[in-house]
Amino acid sequence: MLYREAGQFKTSYASDQAIFPILQDRIGIVVILAVAFTLPLYADDFIVNAVMIPFLIFSLAAIGLNLLTGYTGQLSLGTGAFMGVGAYACYKLTTIWPDVNIIVWVVCSGFFSAAVGAVFGLPSLRIKGFYLAIATLAAQFFLEWCFIRIPWLYNENISGAIEVPQRELFNIIVTGPRATAETRYYVVLCLVVAMTWIASNLMHGRIGRTWMAVRDMDIAAELMGIRLLPTKLMAFAVSSFYCGVAGALMVFLWYGGAEPAVFNINQSFTILFMIIIGGLGSLLGSFLGAALIYVLPIALRFGPELLGLHMHAATVEHVTFMVVGILIIFFLIAEPAGLARLWQIGKQKLRVWPFPY
Amino acid sequence: MRAPGGSQGGREAVAGDILLSVEDVSLSFGGVKAVSGVSFDIRKGEIRAIIGPNGAGKTSMLNVINGFYHPQQGRITFKGEARPRMRPHDAAHGGIARTFQNVALFRGMSALDNIMAGRTLKMNANFFWQMLRYGPAMREEVEHRHKVEEIIDFLKIQEIRRTPVGRLPYGLQKRVELGRALAMEPELLLLDEPMAGMNLEEKEDMSRYILDMNDYFGTTVALIEHDMGVVMDLSDRVVVLDHGIKIADGTPDEIKGNQAVIDAYLGVAH
Ligand SMILES: Nc1ncnc2c1ncn2[C@@H]1O[C@H](COP(=O)(O)OP(=O)(O)OP(=O)(O)O)[C@@H](O)[C@H]1O
Ligand SMILES: [Mg+2]
Repeated sequence: MLYREAGQFKTSYASDQAIFPILQDRIGIVVILAVAFTLPLYADDFIVNAVMIPFLIFSLAAIGLNLLTGYTGQLSLGTGAFMGVGAYACYKLTTIWPDVNIIVWVVCSGFFSAAVGAVFGLPSLRIKGFYLAIATLAAQFFLEWCFIRIPWLYNENISGAIEVPQRELFNIIVTGPRATAETRYYVVLCLVVAMTWIASNLMHGRIGRTWMAVRDMDIAAELMGIRLLPTKLMAFAVSSFYCGVAGALMVFLWYGGAEPAVFNINQSFTILFMIIIGGLGSLLGSFLGAALIYVLPIALRFGPELLGLHMHAATVEHVTFMVVGILIIFFLIAEPAGLARLWQIGKQKLRVWPFPY
Repeated sequence: MRAPGGSQGGREAVAGDILLSVEDVSLSFGGVKAVSGVSFDIRKGEIRAIIGPNGAGKTSMLNVINGFYHPQQGRITFKGEARPRMRPHDAAHGGIARTFQNVALFRGMSALDNIMAGRTLKMNANFFWQMLRYGPAMREEVEHRHKVEEIIDFLKIQEIRRTPVGRLPYGLQKRVELGRALAMEPELLLLDEPMAGMNLEEKEDMSRYILDMNDYFGTTVALIEHDMGVVMDLSDRVVVLDHGIKIADGTPDEIKGNQAVIDAYLGVAH
């Protein structure tokens, strides 16, 4: 009885077109945002630094891949590499022009990634599905090779890795070893909230409809006047933009440095699993998937300890692998629309509760 | 089904200008000749039926008209302009819309979003405003929503606007697909067996929609249909194909008495 739209009549199409037409949903969002923005006040550094920051960054990358794979139907295995492009671009930009605001560079690095993504999206006009995945795999390997073999990208560091220099924003240290977890968390949170909001706007409007049309039935989409190549390339570009920013955030506001191996094929698969489990074509699903894949292993590692159980690190790792593997198989078979769909079904049940018929 | 005044078996002739003309068009797939040397025209405002037995080349003809296939030979003139090779999205720009023999809806999207997708070409708020979903983007969204709601009312599908179309029964899917084509406000609407697989009642509804649409919006229709009763009731003129060749062309009354047509349908060897 608590969750329903009864009595909430839409008086105009504008309000009916709102992204959260139901009042309870709007309240829910406000509560989540309030919790997120006050979290550092009561959570300890470990939660903020090792759970929340990476969770948000992975969510952003998952949104990026979901825009391409979930909304536009173009399978990509190059996510890791596109994230890498963002990270390396950000590193080069801030070492060449150290005085420019680091947030500006994080966002700009997304454009580099977008350009690279669009180029590697070109084959999508001719090939689909599995074959396109192979083409993006080529992008993955080629870019990884660049990260290793082009010393200019990591400023000829002997270690072959990039190290994040200290940068300030309004006299507050944002990046580098001396930046506090709290500061970094707020920067990440603001960017992720803003970009999620933008993604949601795009997907609820004309652009979202054209992408989904291309995903669901490209022949009919063409007949509506939608040009396939520009549409797919734009999806590749926007998706890679998101992944690039996520990559830059990952290195600059979480790791503090990175080797090329961070952006390898495993990273691509991790993000792909997130959107499969969370829900293809759902922004909420991107967050749920990131939470499950990233936070679950942490819970498995520290949960038993809190209960006084001691497990070997190796055992924990095996259990994690098994649980994640089983979940992926479960979702692929039973609920391809992922956790987000389960949430939808739950809401639907709640809406008619307690009178199911 | 037909409004009073229309004589049994046919409507009063519409004497509009020629909207589309097909001249001597041939299309083959490898060795299979799907269409050979077919010519006919479609006048503004009429309902033009294309009939023929299975495999006659009807769908192929529509595919040529909206640019999915390029004929090896022949010429197509639309709105007075002979068009060279044309892609489907150019046809859409030109004002040609289409429904498919096998429903080709965007299955993951709601009925409302499917029909809104039909308005794509008429929307042009730029990326920046789309990102903010504000200003021109929101104005445009609301403006086109009004238009789409008119179509939803016209087709009486108010109840299902939020349902993902993949979950709708077949008859309703066909109706949503018609709505999506209508949303494009086309000058020429190609309907490929819009009533296939429907029961009598659904067929009557669909016929009603096609006639009303033709009357109220003046949409020119090219209709492929196997149900002869429907064809005779709805169409102004009929062209008959068999084995890719045009065997007859005329008013429903003329077609009914045509020996070649009767033979083709009864399967007389030739
Ligand atoms: N893409 C294609 N490749 C090869 N052959 C094709 C193709 N499309 C159609 N054909 C062939 O062209 C011929 C005409 O097919 P078409 O689909 O136009 O017939 P139709 O009149 O629409 O038949 P139906 O009433 O069964 O829908 C058939 O012999 C068919 O096998
Ligand atoms: Mg056919």
